[in-house]
Amino acid sequence: MQHIINQSKEMFRRSLYCAAGLCLSGLITFGQAGGGKGAKHPAATVHAASQLKLPAGFKARTLVENFGRTRHLAVAPNGVIFVKLNRPKDGKGIYRLEDTNGDGKPDKITGFGNYGGTGIYISDGYLYASSDEEVFRYKLDNDYNVVNPDQPEKIVTGLLNRGEHESKSIVLDHNGNLYVNVGAYSNSCQFKDRQKGSPGQMPCPILDSAGGIWMFTANKENQTYGDGVHYATGLRNIVGLDWNTQTNSLFVMMHGRDQLHDLFPDIWDTKQSAELPAECMYELHQGSNCGWPYTFYDQMQHRLVLAPEYGGDGKKGPDKEYQEPIVAFPGHLAPDGLLFYTGSEFPAKYKNGAFVAFHGSWNRAPEPQAGYFVVFVPFKNGKPSGKWEVFADNFSGGAEKTASGRVDYRPCGLAQGPDGALYVTDDSKGTIWKISYHK
Amino acid sequence: MKKYSSFVLAGGLFVLAWGLMSQTGKPAQGGLAAQIKRGKQVYLEQCLACHQVDGLGVQGMNPPLVKTKFVLGDKPTLVKIVLNGMQGVDVGGDDYHGVMAPHPDLTDEQIADVLTYVRNSFGNKATAVTAAQVKAIRATNTPPAQ
Repeated sequence: MQHIINQSKEMFRRSLYCAAGLCLSGLITFGQAGGGKGAKHPAATVHAASQLKLPAGFKARTLVENFGRTRHLAVAPNGVIFVKLNRPKDGKGIYRLEDTNGDGKPDKITGFGNYGGTGIYISDGYLYASSDEEVFRYKLDNDYNVVNPDQPEKIVTGLLNRGEHESKSIVLDHNGNLYVNVGAYSNSCQFKDRQKGSPGQMPCPILDSAGGIWMFTANKENQTYGDGVHYATGLRNIVGLDWNTQTNSLFVMMHGRDQLHDLFPDIWDTKQSAELPAECMYELHQGSNCGWPYTFYDQMQHRLVLAPEYGGDGKKGPDKEYQEPIVAFPGHLAPDGLLFYTGSEFPAKYKNGAFVAFHGSWNRAPEPQAGYFVVFVPFKNGKPSGKWEVFADNFSGGAEKTASGRVDYRPCGLAQGPDGALYVTDDSKGTIWKISYHK
Repeated sequence: MKKYSSFVLAGGLFVLAWGLMSQTGKPAQGGLAAQIKRGKQVYLEQCLACHQVDGLGVQGMNPPLVKTKFVLGDKPTLVKIVLNGMQGVDVGGDDYHGVMAPHPDLTDEQIADVLTYVRNSFGNKATAVTAAQVKAIRATNTPPAQ
């Protein structure tokens, strides 16, 4: 794994250097009064489809634009798309998109579910969807219509939502189990969250009901913590996750902790704090403990180090052994989507590899921001087999927008279509792309 | 009688407030430009990571500081946000979930300077906040539960 990290780091450094000049010019104008219009989003005369930069032979097509906060999505075997909205649009939090006239664009769009959320997944004739506290399922008919859109079964209820890392991502295995992430409502389990000088709680009380993955029975109603299995722990926040059918195991992308420099300026400078800690991919099994909040992965040193809230100085190792990541990406890129590609449309090297959608950073300031892309990690026999590479780039709209974080689009959800195409959502403007390969 | 006494009370408060203001309304050391300059330094160290270089914050997490009632509105509310922290706020119809830690460790001068900087940057234009105002607000502030 080490060579992967090294190569990735180098590649990433190079792209940062490109952006650095632009950031510098941004800093020079910083602080001047006036000019700001308070725009929440950059002016949008962008062309969603032509903007994306893809490897040769790949083409992106925009299916919807300005659709709301489109988070995760699922594509049925007949091509029908279900997308989950973080906040309901016209009172509906899930939309079903169907192309009935065969022109490739959805023309029949129906909404249901009056709750916002992130997770959505199709399994065994059912559509599963999550709010930030519960998981529901809807029976689907043979054409992937929702049979009873107003009366879903409530599968899981009572999951913690304290307004931080509140989204619940979901995925199912092939044995009738549903996996749900419950993010930790904290940065590093300090007594006072994100407050300088406040030590870490030992043991971290958050971990009994958050900061991990819970497994539930997919067809049983009204389950809560006590009914499920506390499957994995020590995971600060997971948004992107997928079931790998080759290894028959759960893979997740963890959002690493923030603010090493803000909270410990004597140990980390702003440059180190922009890179650390790594955003990590883990393969989980029942009982996995990935060490949050006690440790984090330093991809420069290629090892776990003790978190500073627990006495770490940037060098000391963790207090005990924790599971190590299988891929480590640069810090703060915010991995929100994970998909193992099992299709045959893309060239052979993509088969069984992982796509990761990086929402893009905020916690790199005052250094240039980064991310806003979809990367690919090749896999062989269930293990990473080479360095990761940027697959779909320029969601931001250019290097300057990347550096400032004032970007056009932010990639979030990933799904694979029945034809082997890759679907990507953006949750800032509400865009869905379909990326296809043509020889 | 009841009505009359509340009049007296309001009048008394007004006189008190007036006295406080005339006492505390004096310009900061070195004038507004110097205060903004000092405030920028505090912003760089304490605020920038979340609210960003341009004060526009982070979508869904850290609210913008640009032309909002929180920044441009009444000073006690604004000063108390710095003293007590904040989480979960709706600004202009968008919700923000990021956790802002309390900053009671900042001095009255630092809080006055940084708020004056924020109220006069990113397109904002509003009156300065003085250290004496911060001191008075801090004296009546109830810190968040431990």
